[in-house]
Parts: sequence; C-alpha cells; structure tokens
Amino acid sequence: MVELKIRQPVPGEEIPDPAAIPALVPGAMAHSRPYLASPEHQEAIGFPGELVDDWKERAIGKLGELVANSRALRVYLDTCVKCGACTDKCHYFLGTGDPKNMPVARQDLLRKVYRRYFTFAGKYFPWLVGAEDLTEEVLDEWYSYFHQCSQCRRCSVYCPYGIDTAEVSMAAREIMDSVGKGQKYCNEIIGKVMKFGNNLGLQEKAHRATLEDLEEDIEDETGVAVRLPLDEKGADILLVTPSADFFAEPHIDGLIGYAKVFHHVGASWTISSYASEAANFGMFIGSQDNMRELMLRIRKAAEDLGVKRIIFGECGHAWRAAYNFLDTLAGPFDFLDRRYPVPQHICEYTYDLIQKGALNFDKSLNDDIRLTFHDSCNVSRASRMGDKPGGQYEIPRAILRAVCNHFYDMPADTIREATFCCGGGGGLLTDDLLELRIKGAQPRMRAMQQVAQDHGVTHIAAICAICKTQFAKVMPEYGFEMDDVVSVHQMVSNAILLDGQNTGGEEDDEDGEDGAERAVSGG
Amino acid sequence: MLTSLYAVLFYGATMVLVAGIAYRVWQYSTTPAPLKIPTTPAPLTRGGVAVRLAREVVLFESLFKANKWIWLFGWVFHAGLLLVLMRHLRYFTEPVWGWVVLMQPAGLYASFAMVAGLLGLWARRIFVPRIRYISAPSDHLMLALLIAIGVSGLAMRYVARTDIVAVKAFFLGLIYFDWQPLPADPVLLIHLTLVVALMVIFPVSKLLHGPGLFFSPSRNQPDDARERRHVAPSLTTPLRAEAGAKR
Ligand code: SF4
Ligand code: SF4
Repeated sequence: MVELKIRQPVPGEEIPDPAAIPALVPGAMAHSRPYLASPEHQEAIGFPGELVDDWKERAIGKLGELVANSRALRVYLDTCVKCGACTDKCHYFLGTGDPKNMPVARQDLLRKVYRRYFTFAGKYFPWLVGAEDLTEEVLDEWYSYFHQCSQCRRCSVYCPYGIDTAEVSMAAREIMDSVGKGQKYCNEIIGKVMKFGNNLGLQEKAHRATLEDLEEDIEDETGVAVRLPLDEKGADILLVTPSADFFAEPHIDGLIGYAKVFHHVGASWTISSYASEAANFGMFIGSQDNMRELMLRIRKAAEDLGVKRIIFGECGHAWRAAYNFLDTLAGPFDFLDRRYPVPQHICEYTYDLIQKGALNFDKSLNDDIRLTFHDSCNVSRASRMGDKPGGQYEIPRAILRAVCNHFYDMPADTIREATFCCGGGGGLLTDDLLELRIKGAQPRMRAMQQVAQDHGVTHIAAICAICKTQFAKVMPEYGFEMDDVVSVHQMVSNAILLDGQNTGGEEDDEDGEDGAERAVSGG
Repeated sequence: MLTSLYAVLFYGATMVLVAGIAYRVWQYSTTPAPLKIPTTPAPLTRGGVAVRLAREVVLFESLFKANKWIWLFGWVFHAGLLLVLMRHLRYFTEPVWGWVVLMQPAGLYASFAMVAGLLGLWARRIFVPRIRYISAPSDHLMLALLIAIGVSGLAMRYVARTDIVAVKAFFLGLIYFDWQPLPADPVLLIHLTLVVALMVIFPVSKLLHGPGLFFSPSRNQPDDARERRHVAPSLTTPLRAEAGAKR
C-alpha cells in the first residue's frame, strides 16, 4: 500500500483553505500510473494488443486525425496564451503540488508534440515555442499525467477561451489506445459492458436474483411490496442506472429510493438486463466508437422493451453522456414519447413529483443526518437538469431540502460550477491510482471538514456512482467514516411515506443490523 | 531606398497578417464539432450564446472569476491597445474621422496603460513560479516585443519627436499606391520594424487567440442537446441496429 502523508485535522484546529495553492514540487507524481491493459482487453474493444512497432508514426498520424476532426481540440491546442489563469484550478495540482498537474501544463504535454509536427513555429523554431519530438519519455509522461486528470472541466470554467483539458486528456488517451498503450481499468470495463451489459459483468440470472432479494428487503422493512422489475415488456419507463446501484453501498439505497418513488405514484417501469449500465467509459478514453456502441445497447433495450421514456439513475458522467451525446450518437429517438425530454434524470422525475405534491415525506426520519451536497463535475459543468441553466444545482438541493431538516452547503467557491471533483472521476477509480485519488480528494474533503466544523455536518450526499465509491474509500483518510456518503435517493427513501407502510419502532428488531449502523454513523 | 524597403515590408506584412487570420478562421470553421460540449451552466439559445461571448470579449468574464491580477493586467492591456489602435487611425485617414479626433487624449493615456498592463503581465510571468513554469521563451519574447513597440511609440511623442506629418504622408501613400518618403528617424524605424515583426508573427502564434474564443465549443454552443438533435458531421458510419454485433 502506498504511504500517505495527509494528516487528519485535529478537532477545533483551523482547517486549511480548500483552494490553498501549494508550492511547486516538480515530479511529485511522476511515479503515478495505472496498470496497462492486457492484449486481450485491448483487442476486445478494437485496439492493438500492445505497443506497436511504428507507434510513433501512428501516434502522430492519430493526433493529426483527431485535430482535423475536432474543432474543440484544434482550437484548444492553438489558442492557449499561457496566461496562467487555470494553473491553480485543478484538484490534483492542489493536492499534489506537481506542476504537471496544472491544467495548462497537462495540455502542454500534448501541445508540445502538436506544435512540433503540425505548426509552422514548432517545425522551424521548436526551442522557441517549447515544441518537442515525440519520444518514449514523452509517451510515458502522457500515460502518467493524462491518467491524473479526472476530466472534471473545472479548468475550462476559468479559462478565458474555455479551453477544456478534459478534451485534451480524452484525445491523448485515444492516441495511446490506438498505438496499444491502453489503461486496464477503463478498457476491461468497456469490454465487460459489451459482453454482459454492465461494468460488473453481472449476468441476467444473478441480476434478477439480486433485484428479488432487494424486493424482499424492502418489504421486510416497510411492509410494502415495492417492485424492482427486470425486462418487463411494455413498461412505460426504462430506468438505466449505474450497475453499482445493484450491489454497492450507499448506491443500492439510492436504487431503493427510485423504486419507492416509482411505486408510490404507480409508475410502470423496468430495468433492462441487456442495457444494465448507465456508465459509459467510452467517454473517458475519448473513443466515440466505443461510446456509441455502449449507447446503442440502451437504444436497443428501449426498442425491444417498447418503453415510452428513458430515465437515468444517479451517475455523473453517465448523465453527461446521456444528456449531451445519446441523441447525437444513438438517436434519433422518435419511437419514444416526445412529450418527455429524452433522456430524463431521476432527480428531474422526483423533483416534478415533489412540485406536484405527489410524494409524502416525514423529514424527521432523516434527523440523525446533518447533510451537505457534493455537485458532481459532469452534472455541474457538462449537463443540465430541468429547463433553466443551473437546474442541475437547484433540483438535487430542492429534493434534499424536501426530505431532510438539516442541510448546509459547503463554501461557495467549492460548489456548483466551482465544485471540486471527488478525486476519482474520469476513469481513475481504481486501486492502482489510490495515492492520486486520496490526494486529489483533498480540496473537496477540506470543504467538507469546514462544514463539519461550522455546522456539525455528518454526511455528504452525491448523485454519482463514482463519487460515492470514491468518497467511501477516501473519507477515512480525512477523519470521516466510509458510510458518511449517501445517495440523494437514499435520503428520499429514508423519508418517503408509502401507502400502507409500517410506522417506525418495530423495524429496529427486524432489521437490527442496518438500523444500528445508521444510528452509529448518524451520531 | 529606405522608403521602398519599408513600403515592401508593410505590404508583405499586411498580406501575411490578413491571409494568416483568414486561413485560421477558415480552418476553424471547416473543422467539425462532433459533440455538444458547452461548459455549463450555458445559455439555452443562440442569442444567449452571443451575450455570453460578448461578456467574454468585453469584460473577460471567465478570467475575472479565475484570477483578479491576471484579469486586471490583461484587461488594462487589451483596452489600452484598442484605444491606441483607434488613435492610430489618424495616420491612415484624411480628413481624420471626427470620433478619432475626439478620442485623441484618451488614446494617449491608453498607451501608458497598455505598457503598464504588459509590465504587470510580464512581472507575473517572471515572479509567479506557476506561470514561470508554463512559459516558453516565445511567451517572454512576445511581451518584450509588445512593450518595445509601446515604449518606442511613447518615445516618439515625449522624447524624440518625429516628423509625424511625413509619417502620415508615407502611410497614406502606401494606401493610395503613391509612395512618399519615410523620415529616417531611428526611433520611428525601430517602432515600425517591430510592428512589421508583430504583424508577421501574429498569425502563426498564440497572439491569434481572438478567433479561438468564437470557435471554442465550450463557449459558443448553446445548451440545447435535448431540444435539438446535434448532428455530427464527422460520424458517417451508419447506425447498426444490432448493438454489440460488431465484436
Ligand atoms: S479537467 Fe479537471 S482534472 Fe483535468 S486538468 Fe482540468 S481541473 Fe484538472
Ligand atoms: S487559462 Fe486557458 S489560456 Fe490561460 S493558461 Fe490556462 S488553458 Fe491557457
């Protein structure tokens, strides 16, 4: 296990500013790199198995191809004026001090090669403009530092030209994949979705058994037969949710929340075993082909099941992909009921019902929790909810305020469009990058420590499967418990009053284990 | 001899500048933007996007959010440069346009502001370790070039005055293809040589960042992915009905 030097704050001690700028420590994270994808994982998703002999020529060719096909990449590589405005905006820089984690420096790793081979100045005066040949060292540096970017887009908010380092990282990963230097975590997972329909490799039978077990649990706890339908033809709504919702804590409590909401209003809905994954890691590796392939599964599931609407569960990058790319890559969705947006977010759905007064809550059931909310990057800076800009900030907060009495936002410069990444997004949620994940979580964790100190906040709610898993893993490093992260719909689930539901008290005996755990983490 | 040399230099530099900018704009406008990637929250309509871009151009809004010092120096420099350029129109128009006459005094202060802004930016580039780290030699040289242009211009006004009537005659002569002698005044020649250099470097360097903003998808796309299907021109492969069939 990596050795870490992050000190937990002593109670009462002043918590450092989440955005405090560290001194530069060149090379601090040069050793950080994820495991390479095996030939088998590479080939399964259309990439060479290992580094090809003519990798250099191919990489340069691929770069040229990407630049010619992406206005964003071309403009971003050309336009940077090195003003430095983005230099202190990346959580990985703030957490590590490694200058190559400053967004512009990260872009420069690719830009110096672009300049060398594709620009006049770089061809004839490379030393003047910092252009460099593509060498093995450069390729290694790409592999290291383009896997230290969670594609969170925080830098793009502050750049005067909107230069988005996420796009540059995606392009770099696409180039590396195309020469046979792919990342194990992402590529293995994409292969699994192609084969099984989800990131976990969960197959239909096991999937069905899991959902049935959950139905029993809900009925034991509430006395209400809430269903979790799988592959039900003719349902109105197809729910596409990250597969972590089927097995991991606290994700699963979110899934129960969706189910209770659907149940309460008598909605006809279903999960699909064929498209049992909202996550789309094709985005992380910049591969439109793979992204599209995964989306076509969702399209096919919707067609086969004959649904009228598609609703996405709590997942950040999946919502970006669904909201912005699904219609482009797998549309048009004329066969759906166009009176509803395609696609919809589960938070939009629940929020509408709350607005209509269709749901009943007892907020006091969440009184053991003092809550804050983490704006997930891809929801905050790459998509929207509702019909107004910024709805992605208001809607989840409105839901949380409707279901709990104690809600406190973290400092203003760490939320909404300025939100700090959880530290595990963009395909970095793997144990071989644990040191980076812990350090990258520092700004977010410091902001949470501040509200914990100022308002006694005990829990953080998230609407992203990656954020939830990441927080559960890194929060203990910062003085919190691993179950201090909750799903937004878990809060809904706790407070919702279903028709015919048991009232409190007696649950404790039947569900002692879970009840006890809640009490501990809440107190 | 001197006159012909500078005449040729200015014609050449103007051609490089215009052709370079036109090429870049053509290149950006013909490169496809396959996906919707506005940085949100973003305006929902084209009109809203125009306002967003206008705020970026006039106020440097994102930069303001990011860093007040860079914003201050950068904004003062650009605003100063704009006024200075407008003031310079008096050397290319006869009779001089009314509003150019009116803004004459502002243009003078602006040249000091411009140089001050540049010095501020350079100081940050030298003394702030983060910005020094990301700077290439060209980043320093471009600031030096701009400062030298500003200082030589100021010197002609306050130290070694030049025969400005003759300079104006020279430039009007260039415009009407009726060359007039250029005064052989060292400060003037330095100023003009540096300007020629700037015009040539402009289109092949980061100095051409203005068009980048207008073509930046994170800023120029409306947030309307669910309302209007964004069609991707680079995606020519037809839809396969059977997902996952390929592999
Ligand atoms: S996208 Fe996020 S992680 Fe990547 S460089 Fe920008 S701020 Fe850092
Ligand atoms: S803010 Fe934008 S222009 Fe400035 S250094 Fe960063 S990427 Fe370059």
